[in-house]
Amino acid sequence: MKYIDGFRNPLAAKKIIERIEVLANLLKASGRKVSIMEVCGTHTMAIARFGIRNILPENIDLISGPGCPVCVTEAGYIDAAINLAKAGAVIVTFGDMINVPGSDESLAQCRANGALIEVVYSPSAAIKLARQFPEKNVVFLAVGFETTTAPMPAVIQIAEGEGIRNLSLLTAFKLVPPALKALMTDPELKIDSFLCPAHVSAIIGADAYKPFTGKEGVPCVVAGFEPLDILMAIDGILNQLVRNEASVENQYNRVVKPEGNLKAQALMDEYLQPVDARWRGLGLLPLSGLGLKNEFERFDAEKKHGITVKKGKEPSGCLCGEVIKGKSKPTSCPLFARGCTPDHAVGPCMVSSEGSCAAYYKYSL
Amino acid sequence: MCLAVPMKLIEIRGDGTGVAEMDGAQSEVNLTLLEKPAKGDYVIIHAGFAIERLDEKEANARIALFQEIADNETP
Ligand code: SF4
Repeated sequence: MKYIDGFRNPLAAKKIIERIEVLANLLKASGRKVSIMEVCGTHTMAIARFGIRNILPENIDLISGPGCPVCVTEAGYIDAAINLAKAGAVIVTFGDMINVPGSDESLAQCRANGALIEVVYSPSAAIKLARQFPEKNVVFLAVGFETTTAPMPAVIQIAEGEGIRNLSLLTAFKLVPPALKALMTDPELKIDSFLCPAHVSAIIGADAYKPFTGKEGVPCVVAGFEPLDILMAIDGILNQLVRNEASVENQYNRVVKPEGNLKAQALMDEYLQPVDARWRGLGLLPLSGLGLKNEFERFDAEKKHGITVKKGKEPSGCLCGEVIKGKSKPTSCPLFARGCTPDHAVGPCMVSSEGSCAAYYKYSL
Repeated sequence: MCLAVPMKLIEIRGDGTGVAEMDGAQSEVNLTLLEKPAKGDYVIIHAGFAIERLDEKEANARIALFQEIADNETP
């Protein structure tokens, strides 16, 4: 299967863009400006990389949403991880997290001062590290949206099966639908449509967006990460807007099913439960995260170590909170490309490889 | 962090893991999240876990649709 080439067919792209222009003109004729929020950080990156924002008609605006798990994790969470590291725990984390500023320092700075901070690609590596350091507490920084959360129950199962006692999770899992709800009901934001994430949707299913559609709702179109996937999704969105419809459309049905991955959902239900969660930019949203169920609290780093994640101090001058909500473009931040670059990042949106500021910087938008 | 890639399953082990391959690169993957994984399945790998199958038929239908758009359609 010549997988990638088929999704980057330049002639097809040209034709779809022409279709988009026709639809945009129809909307323009009735005085409509359209804001489409791409919810997922990987979409933000792909859109920037393929220059999609620049080729869209001027009345069609793509705004980046909260879908970078590192960006929505607050400084206080980093502080809690740093405190655990300083108390002697081995901190296990995905690479994107280590340069995120906490209130006073980042995990990378803490590591430079001798703390044991291990960067891993897969959460299963936490099991290996727990075996490798039997006399230490090993704490996994369990952040991420549904895609990243889904593997966690399997990791806990292994830990349970092997009787591993020195592993715990500092959980800050986030759920996409409650964030969409908050964004949709924000009176200052006018979002006409959601471009829905590819792999979060693989877990939760395209039907999960139904509550945001219908009479009071907006078109929700699930898309893959290839340029033609994204263009087709924009075409689908504009088509719906022209017809005054708002339904769920799945442009990534080679992976996403209406009901999602039921096996993954069942495993998550077994180990995790919805909890209120704090988001950078969006604040405290009820039942917008997942935490361990009480019967698994021996794996819960907060309970095990008697700590609570507090609200930290966000970097001064950084507009990440506004960028995450889609209220500010990265380029409107006075620090963008001046005081803040990927090498000297002030806020997480510039640190993370999926952050909006990093995307705008890397592809000089 | 959420980057996930399609790979082909080339080996399935009894312990819920397997080996997946793409463009000659192989990696060990955890298959716990899949219902009945089979050798030859295309899967989406995220953080070392196969999170869902990639339906080859749908993928090919999609590629064919793009080809059709490229060949025929005038807006
Ligand atoms: S450019 Fe830097 S300081 Fe400004 S919002 Fe983005 S990350 Fe924050």
